[in-house]
Amino acid sequence: MAKGAPPTELVQLLTPDGDRIERAYDSSGTEYSIDLTDDEYRGLYRDLVVVRRLDAEGTALQRQGELGIWASLLGQEAAQIGSGRALRPQDMAFPTYREHGVLYCRGIDPIMPFGLFRGVDHGAWDPAELRCSMYTIVIGAQTLHATGYAMGIAKDGKVGSDDGEAVIAYLGDGATSQGDVSEAFVWSSVFHAPVVFFCQNNQYAISEPIERQTRVPLYQRSAGFGFPGVRVDGNDVLATYAVTRTALDNARHGQGPTFIEAYTYRMGAHTTNDDPSRYRIASEVEAWQAKDPIARMRAFLTKQQLADDDFFAEVEDEAKQVALRLRERVLAMPDPDPLQIFDHVYPHGSPELDAQRDQYAKYLDSFEGSLR
Amino acid sequence: MTETMSLGKAINAGLRKALDRDPKVILMGEDIGKLGGVFRITDGLQKDFGEDRVIDTPLAESGIVGTAVGLAMRGYRPVCEIQFDGFVYPAYDQIVSQVAKIHFRSQGRVRLPIVIRIPFGGGIGAVEHHSESPEAYFAHTAGLKVVACATAGDAYWMIQQAIASDDPVIFFEPKRRYWDKGEVDLDSSLSEAYPLHASRVVRPGTDATVLAYGPMVRTALDAAAAAAEEGRSLEVIDLRSLSPLDLDPVYGSVRRTGRCVVVHEAPGNLGLGAEIAARVTEECFYSLEAPVLRVAGFDTPYPPARLEEAYLPDLDRVLDAVDRTFGW
Ligand SMILES: Cc1ncc(C[n+]2csc(CCOP(=O)(O)OP(=O)(O)O)c2C)c(N)n1
Repeated sequence: MAKGAPPTELVQLLTPDGDRIERAYDSSGTEYSIDLTDDEYRGLYRDLVVVRRLDAEGTALQRQGELGIWASLLGQEAAQIGSGRALRPQDMAFPTYREHGVLYCRGIDPIMPFGLFRGVDHGAWDPAELRCSMYTIVIGAQTLHATGYAMGIAKDGKVGSDDGEAVIAYLGDGATSQGDVSEAFVWSSVFHAPVVFFCQNNQYAISEPIERQTRVPLYQRSAGFGFPGVRVDGNDVLATYAVTRTALDNARHGQGPTFIEAYTYRMGAHTTNDDPSRYRIASEVEAWQAKDPIARMRAFLTKQQLADDDFFAEVEDEAKQVALRLRERVLAMPDPDPLQIFDHVYPHGSPELDAQRDQYAKYLDSFEGSLR
Repeated sequence: MTETMSLGKAINAGLRKALDRDPKVILMGEDIGKLGGVFRITDGLQKDFGEDRVIDTPLAESGIVGTAVGLAMRGYRPVCEIQFDGFVYPAYDQIVSQVAKIHFRSQGRVRLPIVIRIPFGGGIGAVEHHSESPEAYFAHTAGLKVVACATAGDAYWMIQQAIASDDPVIFFEPKRRYWDKGEVDLDSSLSEAYPLHASRVVRPGTDATVLAYGPMVRTALDAAAAAAEEGRSLEVIDLRSLSPLDLDPVYGSVRRTGRCVVVHEAPGNLGLGAEIAARVTEECFYSLEAPVLRVAGFDTPYPPARLEEAYLPDLDRVLDAVDRTFGW
């Protein structure tokens, strides 16, 4: 950390034109740089392209009536891949409902979020096994869960070394207004919890622009709670990776929480139910198009002669194949049995619910040609 | 003059009237301004009444209701929109501990004419937290009035009456019926319109009484139509007001029919149906030919969308309960 360096508002290691910036500094002068192997640079590009393609499949499947709704990550790929790849295997993630790219980085089968969006389950998976909590729809709630989990890590003595564990809590810009989020800031600060709050400021909470949630840049908010805040170019996968890695490593070494504001843009609708033409103008979207996270990485790889057209075509093809396999599996997801409604309400069941299940089963059987 | 419109449009028109009538009426909520709300219930209102009166709030339900308390103390009549039923809980503390109790605590000195609009219930294929029926939590809380509209005609007047009320009113809107069309009487007035806290017979009948509110009123009416084809006459009563309950018409009906079925989407355990069954039993014990039966959601969390058809009471389950009252 070279203090005394020129502080900048936005940490950027890759310009929108794909030019590398060797060293960048955040507003408090902390230095960030990155030195990856050629394969790793190409790997990040591949990740970006694949998750964009997977996400597009979600949108398409919804349009075709195969999903109830889809929350697209379009435009936020770099924020998710950069932060997701910065996680170490022992780390734990607490996503919102849009972190398909983070799941991908955790090595989670891309089919996982589709149960929720198709409506066959509520997005069930094992957080301990996948090192990733389930999607959380209630805005901000997961930031407290992440904080508590991080407090547990500290209690277990799992901070203070390179093998220490850290937690990342994802949240949106709108979420920063929720009481739960302020409480998570208080708790994490007071208990010095090894947690990183990763806020994707995609400029909108459904229709409401960021100005409805804050008058100062979001990254400045954490200072009042007693921990650092960093604004990073969320469309720059390299900077996002560098900043998140530093914050997570600080947390795992016992230096407490960090707030990261990944400055980005939601290129698509809030969800497939939304119509953004009602509240934002096309020119704004176009201006952000020029900062596209994938185009910038591609330009970088090309300029550095790290990749050629064959590589790009191969990645494109791979993404297509991955999406195709995903689509087939989503279409094959079976509808749940009605009696599953009664499962898992309590770990050891409940006599009342058992009776309700039996009664309902009899009722269903009373219909001629019952499907069960 | 009457006009045919959807239930959602009727609430929009009612809000417009209220904003027009009283400059102290303000609307607050998430995405209610430019977007007009995720269900477009406030469509066009910010454009016509300005950002000062139709307010896009920061994303925090406790903030919406908590500041509504202060605004009400300052003489405003806030109408809060909670985007979906499952998101009212961050505001639950403000509603239950503050909104409901301040009049009592102040010995009547402070009135809180706040309306909290909540689209509720399932049937729209949504993800978790978007299909709940939390009305019993609020009806259980003294100091709150709780109503649920079921038709466009009622919605138009009930929202205006709720806003004009000096009580805090939790206003439940049956989201899956937003698109149902109905006749709206535009010529009535706040005082002449059917009273806010009164139940109403929506289909007269002689053989059994079916009680419903919100989204289940149409289900009950469909069941009554089906029963009629089999020669059974069901009386359907739309409860409309969940707190206070207006059960005198119900008692009258049950004394005639001797049979009573209560229908709601909310889980049966300690739901509105439980209270109603108790009261009907107390009042009509000697007229009852069968116990009061409940048709309700199961005592589970709301299931994923592909199971909601199984979860939600439907025509068949209503008729099944009616049959059981006859088999007693
Ligand atoms: C407590 C709560 N209130 C309201 C909602 C409805 N809602 C879903 S997403 C959303 C906007 C979230 O914006 P932001 O936090 O910026 O995240 P983004 O969706 O932009 O990623 C709202 C209001 C909710 N899910 N939870």
